[in-house]
Amino acid sequence: MDKIALRHGVAELLAAYAECIDDDRLEEWPDFFVEDSRYLITSRYNYEAGYRHGVVYAASRGMLRDRVLALRRANIFEPHRYRHIVGTTRIGKIENGIAEARSPVIVVRIMHDGEMSLFAAGRYLDRIQVDAEPYRFVERLVILDSDKIDTLLVIPL
Amino acid sequence: MSEHMAEPVRRVAWPSNGLSEVPFRLYTDPEQYRLEQERIFKGPTWSYLCLAAEIPNPGDWVATTIGEVAVVVARATDGAVNAFVNRCAHRGNLLCLERNGNGKEITCIYHGWTYDLAGKLTGVAFERGVKRQGGMPPEFRKDEHDLPRLRVAELAGLVFGSFSREGPDLETYLGPEIVGGIKRVLNRPVHILGRSTQVLPNNWKLYFENTKDTYHASILHTFLTTFRINRLSMPGGIHIDESGGHHFSQAKLDYAAEDADYRNASLRSDTDMRLADPSIIESIDEYGDQVSVQILTIFPGMVLQQIRNAIAVRAIRPKGLDKTELEWIHLGFDGDDEAMTERRLRQGNLVGAAGYISMEDGCVGGFVQRALQYNDADSGIVMMGGYDAQSQPFRSSEAAIRGFWKKYRALMGE
Repeated sequence: MDKIALRHGVAELLAAYAECIDDDRLEEWPDFFVEDSRYLITSRYNYEAGYRHGVVYAASRGMLRDRVLALRRANIFEPHRYRHIVGTTRIGKIENGIAEARSPVIVVRIMHDGEMSLFAAGRYLDRIQVDAEPYRFVERLVILDSDKIDTLLVIPL
Repeated sequence: MSEHMAEPVRRVAWPSNGLSEVPFRLYTDPEQYRLEQERIFKGPTWSYLCLAAEIPNPGDWVATTIGEVAVVVARATDGAVNAFVNRCAHRGNLLCLERNGNGKEITCIYHGWTYDLAGKLTGVAFERGVKRQGGMPPEFRKDEHDLPRLRVAELAGLVFGSFSREGPDLETYLGPEIVGGIKRVLNRPVHILGRSTQVLPNNWKLYFENTKDTYHASILHTFLTTFRINRLSMPGGIHIDESGGHHFSQAKLDYAAEDADYRNASLRSDTDMRLADPSIIESIDEYGDQVSVQILTIFPGMVLQQIRNAIAVRAIRPKGLDKTELEWIHLGFDGDDEAMTERRLRQGNLVGAAGYISMEDGCVGGFVQRALQYNDADSGIVMMGGYDAQSQPFRSSEAAIRGFWKKYRALMGE
């Protein structure tokens, strides 16, 4: 596989994902995943201890659609947005059309009144389907450096 | 003038001797917060420390807190669980710096004083000096400087500690009904599925009251009604112990009927909102009593939760007047097969900082705290379901909140 094209495709996927969330186009967010996908938000502590629990634990794209629907229609919270800053991605092994990638990320939370705070720091551990266009996540693990979450987590990371 | 001297001013005045009007200043007054540390957390109460499963082996220890006081829980070589303050007798340094560990003894990093796993002072570096110079005076006796110990009790795999020598034993403190409620859920050995901490921008009491508030559940948390889940819910009730401080509420569910109903409705093309993947609520009646929700609270700061098959301990840790850390410990049972573990993990989406039916509790206390900022001269109203703190066979009630204030006022001497 053409390494430059692959790197470009992965970078495009990661950037488009962050932009989608930060622009509040959350209805499009599940489309970044394949149907049979996994999405998990957990902490380094849980991950290193082998604990499987995640504050968000999705085992299908349907669960991601449900997250968005619940956020729009059911859950109550103060309006806010994120700004994702995704650092340089390292691509690991590529097998059977799936590439592994690791990227550091920080997320700033901007409340409706302008109050800003560093909401999350951590890394994405991704498995990305790269043998078909567009590239999609087979698995996205969000491993947060801290196991403290301020107030609540409703918008996906 | 002398009248003022004779009658000390009570900082927070209750409007009556009842439990149904709660002064807002209880959440905003720094002196009240300081007194709570003394009279409640260090008073004749039992606080959750850790799971026995976290310290299975001799030498295992966990650093935790009671109120804001740093405490160590350790399993000694004889297998006994001890708890003592996490503060070196010498200069007051924090002894255990990490959240857990294992060792034959505990050594202070500052000057190397050592303690055994019962908090007994065993070694003082250079006690006899260096080259016969310096050293401790001959009158200094190590056995007079053990770490202050807590009383420790274990129930159903939960370890509790108390600073009070005089207070009742744990089971008397809880009462038989609450003990029964704990043993119902924790009826076999547990293991940890994961943990997280939610930082709440509010006074600790606002969260603890929230967990006792059976009135708000279907109003603030609209996930279940929005997605038409739990329509077949059957009546439950509230059980409150004699002191008022502890409670559990239960709701029952016809699990099989719900499952069939949800499946059938998913096939219809009606306009109802439906989950694309309802596996997050797919549950089994693991206790065989149709109780689908049991929320149990232990004064002053623990919750044991069974929401369907999502089992968790929540520890409420005050971190200042208007900041609280809520520690979630998600549990599975030894003997769970892979399908059961996966079920618990999926249902984990319902609870915690991102929980479909719990995330609102993370922000609502902060909204109250903000509203009370320099606007706290009045009292809140807690009259739903009457004026007392008795058990009730329905849940549209604030009886368990009144129970909290009953216990609180008794301990605070108010």
